[in-house]
Amino acid sequence: MRLEAHLRARRDAGAKLLVPYVTGGLGPDWLDVVRAVVDAGADAVEIGIPFSDPVMDGPTIQEASQRALDAGATPATIVAEAAKLDVDAPLAVMTYYNPVHHTGHERFAASLADAGIDGAIVPDLPLDELDGWGDAADAAGIETVLLAAPTTPDDRLARICERSRGFVYGVSLLGVTGERDSLAVNATDMGRRLKAMTDRPSLLGIGISTGPQAVEGAAAADGVIVGSALIKRLLDGDGPEGAGAFIGELRKALDE
Amino acid sequence: MGIARGAPVRLEGSGPVPTGLGRFGEFGGRFVPESLVPALEQLEEAFRVAWASTEFRDELAHLLTNYAGRPTPVTECRRLSERLGVRVLLKREDLTHTGSHKINNVLGQALLTQRMGKHRLIAETGAGQHGVATATAAALFGLDCTVFMGAVDVERQALNVWRMRLLGAEVVPVESGSATLKDAINDALRDWVGTVEDTHYCIGSVVGPHPYPWMVREFQRIVGDEAREQCRTILGGHDPDVVVACVGGGSNAIGTFAGFLDTSARLIGIEAAGLGLESGQHGASITRGVPGVLHGARSLFLQSEEGQILEAHSISAGLDYPGVGPEHAALASEGRAEYHSATDDEALGGFQVLSATEGIVPALEPAHAIGWLAREAGHEVPSGSTVLVTLSGRGDKDAAQVAERLGTELG
Ligand SMILES: Cc1ncc(COP(=O)(O)O)c(C=O)c1O
Repeated sequence: MRLEAHLRARRDAGAKLLVPYVTGGLGPDWLDVVRAVVDAGADAVEIGIPFSDPVMDGPTIQEASQRALDAGATPATIVAEAAKLDVDAPLAVMTYYNPVHHTGHERFAASLADAGIDGAIVPDLPLDELDGWGDAADAAGIETVLLAAPTTPDDRLARICERSRGFVYGVSLLGVTGERDSLAVNATDMGRRLKAMTDRPSLLGIGISTGPQAVEGAAAADGVIVGSALIKRLLDGDGPEGAGAFIGELRKALDE
Repeated sequence: MGIARGAPVRLEGSGPVPTGLGRFGEFGGRFVPESLVPALEQLEEAFRVAWASTEFRDELAHLLTNYAGRPTPVTECRRLSERLGVRVLLKREDLTHTGSHKINNVLGQALLTQRMGKHRLIAETGAGQHGVATATAAALFGLDCTVFMGAVDVERQALNVWRMRLLGAEVVPVESGSATLKDAINDALRDWVGTVEDTHYCIGSVVGPHPYPWMVREFQRIVGDEAREQCRTILGGHDPDVVVACVGGGSNAIGTFAGFLDTSARLIGIEAAGLGLESGQHGASITRGVPGVLHGARSLFLQSEEGQILEAHSISAGLDYPGVGPEHAALASEGRAEYHSATDDEALGGFQVLSATEGIVPALEPAHAIGWLAREAGHEVPSGSTVLVTLSGRGDKDAAQVAERLGTELG
């Protein structure tokens, strides 16, 4: 299943896009969490591959990554487990560049393709350093999503939108992942800039925590990504059911 | 014509500019979240212009002379030389204001911060020396300052934590991961991702994304440039046979090496062997690391089979880092510099022998270089050689820790 094709089709049919983030290896039932959020209406799912030094993440996802690592999760085990998922939504991994580099570009891309994963998000691999991985990913049919930030100037934003695959990940605020009380002022700005720049699906992420925030973000862009707010619930003991209920709420808010 | 103490510092040298996005051979680069890319481009441009301008160099030279107390001398160690059978010269960075080479870099970056119109400095620190230097420059320039420090290091470097707070900096203990330097860098980066518009991240070594490894090397090359001229005066126009410096991130070593790259001197970096290379508890990232990407650069890192970064170990907080600057990785792969290591115990030996023979109490970091030399004089370093060792800092900060290790009491 192609990430961009799917998101485009959903958007063009009038839907607002919802993409949850689930830390791979967080609890023995993490695959059921992925299934539950898809059943609850996720348009795609980001599967986090934990790294020891996640500099783009705040305390919540950092803790989830550490728990998964302590439980023995590795990039290989997570990809192998994800291969068992037979869900109706495209999947993208979200990881840092070192595990990719360590595995080797071609090998990592092939392992994703073999597992039926469609995309990759590597937040510490900016446009300028993309080539080695980008070429290998393209060749293997893996869509690499690039991030755009509030600090990105327009000419660079255009190049990011052009080179990104799957969708463009608009970072809604200056900062790392984590729940926020309100949608950042930067978010709607970012959404508008992306919509003006590209026809590729554009999603806002980082800090989006509630239904109203998701609605506000999705009004400016094509949809939203929700990470820490979901992970927080999982860390607090919610299982697949709770995760599904939360994503279902957001789905409902977006569809209204 | 040697460099006399009191004569003003001159900043004349420049080394090779790394190619492309900061490549030293296959190492270096700029692997950071998109939010930071424009700030790094701005910093690179600001540094490029500043380093080419005599006005900037004069301003920095003035600060280095009148505030930091440069030039530092090269001291000939007669009693230690006699004991080891090699001629030992020390480049005395311990005599700078704040007590280590870290001040050289920080004054340069603080000047740049002012030029870029930013009003806040953040820094990470292991031993606390870079944190103290940054807090000092922030006080001098009237900038806000936050220093991230692993909780373990907060504990073992209490004196420096106290100094930073006195200087007006906020010290943030970092509890995640190994709670040491690596994690302090992660938290500084996280802070920077959110504050990049008005904050400059003052990185303390030749690590991090381009332009840091290049810029910090240029700010530290004063160590090697001075030392080379001073050695020639002392050695009758000759260079030392061997140049030795300890390697954490590698800033004092690269600053030293920069002055001797085009000589025939053997360049030797000393890494922390901790409890021994076989123990897995060490900080020897060149000797035992593999290529990877962390903190914005491709370099050598201690990693697990799965590509997770491992915790380093060293008795000295400044060497307790699982990576190394990319230029060192390149120098190692080209074979221009060699990298060896000394254990915690050998460093303690170096700490004691220099104190007892020369009346100079070194920081635990350069004590590794002294300890290694004490072991290798007559072996790896042939008898009769002349050896320059960069004494990157003084040992006050380590007094309590060493006293405890030696089973003695401070007072
Ligand atoms: C006195 C001293 N020497 C050496 C180091 C190691 O750093 P680098 O390798 O960057 O010189 C430190 C770091 O804190 C230090 O304080």
